[in-house]
Amino acid sequence: MQTAAQIPHDVSYLDYKGKYKGIFAWIFSTDHKRIALLYMFSMMTLFLVGVALGLAMKLELIAPGRTIMGPQSYNAVFTVHGVIMIFMIVIPGLPAVFGNFMLPIMIGAKDVAFPKLNLLSWYIYVLGALLVIASVLFGNGIPDTGWTFYAPYSFKTGTNLLPAIFGAFVLGFSSILTGLNFIVTIHRMRAPGMTWFKMPLFPWSLYGTAWIQLLATPVVGITLVLVSLERIFGIGVFDPTLGGDPVLYQHLFWIYSHPAVYVMILPAMGAISEIIPTFSQKHIFGYKAIIASTLAIAFVGYFVWGHHMFTSGMSGTAQYTFSILTFIVAIPSAIKVFNWISTMHKGSINPDIPFLWAVTFIFVFMIGGFSGLVLGALATNVYVHDTAFVVAHFHFIVFGGVGFAFFGAIHYWYPKMFGRMYDKAWAKMGWAFFTVGFLTLYSPMFYLGMMGMPRRYYDYLPEFHAANILSSLGSWVMAFGLVIVIINLFRSAKNGPIAPMDPWHGKTLEWTVPSPPPVENFDEIPVYGEKDGPYNY
Amino acid sequence: MYILSSTTNASNFVTGVDKAFMIIMGISFVFLIGLTFTMLYFIYKYNRKKNPVATQIEGSTKLEIIWTVIPTILVLVMFYYGWAGWAPMRNAPKDSFNIQVTGRMWNYTFQYENGKTTDTLFVPMNKAVKLKLISMDVIHGFFIPAFRIKEDVVPGREKSAWFIAQREGLFELFCSEYCGLDHSYMYTYVKVMPEQKFKAWYVDTTKHVDVAAVESPTANGKRIMKNIGCFACHTVDGNKLVGPSFKGIYGHKVTVTTGGNDREVTVDDEYIKKSIYDPNADVVKGYNKGLMQPYVGQLSEDDIKQITEYLKTLK
Ligand code: HEC
Ligand code: HEM
Ligand SMILES: [Cu+2]
Ligand SMILES: [Cu+2]
Repeated sequence: MQTAAQIPHDVSYLDYKGKYKGIFAWIFSTDHKRIALLYMFSMMTLFLVGVALGLAMKLELIAPGRTIMGPQSYNAVFTVHGVIMIFMIVIPGLPAVFGNFMLPIMIGAKDVAFPKLNLLSWYIYVLGALLVIASVLFGNGIPDTGWTFYAPYSFKTGTNLLPAIFGAFVLGFSSILTGLNFIVTIHRMRAPGMTWFKMPLFPWSLYGTAWIQLLATPVVGITLVLVSLERIFGIGVFDPTLGGDPVLYQHLFWIYSHPAVYVMILPAMGAISEIIPTFSQKHIFGYKAIIASTLAIAFVGYFVWGHHMFTSGMSGTAQYTFSILTFIVAIPSAIKVFNWISTMHKGSINPDIPFLWAVTFIFVFMIGGFSGLVLGALATNVYVHDTAFVVAHFHFIVFGGVGFAFFGAIHYWYPKMFGRMYDKAWAKMGWAFFTVGFLTLYSPMFYLGMMGMPRRYYDYLPEFHAANILSSLGSWVMAFGLVIVIINLFRSAKNGPIAPMDPWHGKTLEWTVPSPPPVENFDEIPVYGEKDGPYNY
Repeated sequence: MYILSSTTNASNFVTGVDKAFMIIMGISFVFLIGLTFTMLYFIYKYNRKKNPVATQIEGSTKLEIIWTVIPTILVLVMFYYGWAGWAPMRNAPKDSFNIQVTGRMWNYTFQYENGKTTDTLFVPMNKAVKLKLISMDVIHGFFIPAFRIKEDVVPGREKSAWFIAQREGLFELFCSEYCGLDHSYMYTYVKVMPEQKFKAWYVDTTKHVDVAAVESPTANGKRIMKNIGCFACHTVDGNKLVGPSFKGIYGHKVTVTTGGNDREVTVDDEYIKKSIYDPNADVVKGYNKGLMQPYVGQLSEDDIKQITEYLKTLK
């Protein structure tokens, strides 16, 4: 393989001086790496807001009755928390940050297929976020419908819902355009010799994800438009008092929002599929099986939305069909776990920071997945649906899954992105607090759900008290870990020791370019030979 | 506690549902612990210090087949038990005892065939009870954890649920579907009584509701309002909730918006009746339209007279 390692001292993307200065050098840049960082900083800011809201809820729930806020505020807090976390953090998630940064480099390209469209996607993202923020700051009342905007409550509430819905609609376009960009990039811009089956698994997962973004997001877009029209003009699609059907809303909403779960988790799985082999210095186990499972999840994931609606009123046949499909979609995820663990077998394992995050990812992802089986079966779903059990389940999957993978990925690619290494002792401590806090925060919610405590509950009966105290304590431990992790990463970007080109001895192409990479990534486009492969250690 | 003490068998569905729980969670725990320990063992055994050079293995078709087929069989077993525990919930026996459940923001009321109306669900033991679920406004969730049943209460759709209570006692009944401000206060209880005792309670229609005794018209008005849930949105002490307070309301002037125009009206019998039967015609300024639902068919003119008597006393 010809690598680009011998590039002379080209300017890194961080130092490059173009025609714009200061902040404009960033917000007018079409360099995929700068756009990735734009996403990262905007998402990090919003994430901290979301976390603060989460902590506020946990503080409110530490005791029955009013603790720090009233019910109206609580309902607004979980709505805004959910909208931020879902539409602005985990849906753009890994593709927006690591997909943008690494995809072109990993497939040997100088940029994505449409760099300007890429920047536009970020503008749209910011616009969407601003609209949601506007719904909080202006108008008569913060939205209080939950992030699901269920009809007909979303027509009854007097709060300022429209800008939030419109914001979610706009954010959808950002997602669609990113997906489109990635599909074309992967089809057209792979390095010569990099056949489909020589492509690393992270780009593969982005490919599966991109198709979901492209095909599923329009459904929620149209649904949100219908909700807006109904709120403004009373057209009567979903509101029963106007002859509409509120259950239709749920179908349309989940036709998108279930596949959206895979938009969140597939790239996370892709990142894990890179980290595990690198730190085991071993070829990934079952490369093709992992690809097949990615595509299977992306495909079958379209047909399971009904599992969110087992109590809303569907025919019996629809119910058990959705149940069985839900179980089928669990299999490819299990296959991935088996392959990751087998990759460690007979490896030469360096349990460094990214690997620790990856292993914890596997652990919490398994818990999330197993609790998903409880939700997939009819009898048990009916019991735990809309209880704290579901809240625990999706935090384990989307926060445990996407969150741990995100932190794994940032610690993995950090030296490449910033050319410096973080402090490992602090990083390890942050990880430990975060993990312990995470488990203490969410595990009690499984128990609470099994006891019968419904979700979105501002107040609860005394019998639920003990587990709620434990959960609230966990939230502080986790927040402490999070602070350590973030401060460490921030400080090291300036002061950390200079990182070499290939600190972890990886085999994918990003480790063949300097850290941080030059503006155009490669001087000369690399060529993949017969014997080259992303995991040939 | 419900799950953990599943031997209590409070309803006919408990056994089936808990069996599904046990099987799914049992298999899951075995796998979770097994896989976690395998992973930890590999990390320990193949640590770079002990094993500086990895052995390259690219995969194994045989293993892929094994770990596709075995989990598939296991999840189909889980599916089966999930289905088996749920299937009986679908159809109520023909001779069930019927009760109508009306959900509204933010309470439930229960109407019996003989006209009794309560805010607690009274049911006989060992007899199939069929509930007709009706919502007056938004979607609510009818959830009795101890009985393992849950069904959304959807406006515009007639839905139902059924059960056979098998244990005497008082059990929580929650609203599980988010429905606005006081969602978490939308709970009440199911009271299960032996059949004889229930019969005695049921035929005694002298007591409209057995929660409060009937004394004067004003007390009666208060009781009606409490049972049907007016106080979820209104107070009597001057504080605003979702709707205006009733303190000093009778005889005072309020500004209302009628079809986009503001006008001033005096609160009298007629206005109160209209506010209850058609609350969105005149909307009190500063409040939102569409929150209070019309109570046509739920409150008789006589009920409203009693409510008005009570409101008059709130100076
Ligand atoms: C879901 C909340 C809600 C419930 C439950 C509710 N109301 Fe209201 N009510 C409101 C709101 C909001 C207004 C003000 C807007 C309007 O006039 O429609 C209001 C207005 C009124 C008014 C006019 C008040 C005034 O100051 O002029 C009366 C009278 C009234 N309600 C009586 C009742 C009675 C009696 C019940 C119980 C049978 C009841 N309400 C249940 C929300 C509610
Ligand atoms: C500090 C971290 C977090 C804390 C303390 C936290 C806590 C909570 C709490 C207490 C609830 C309300 C549960 C209820 O009453 O029903 C909630 C809801 C929710 N959380 Fe989080 N959470 C955190 C992070 C996240 C992340 C990273 C995500 C992204 C996936 C997320 C997504 C959601 C969603 C979608 C809801 C549902 C909102 C709704 O019901 O409409 N949370 N969270
Ligand atoms: Cu789903
Ligand atoms: Cu509710």
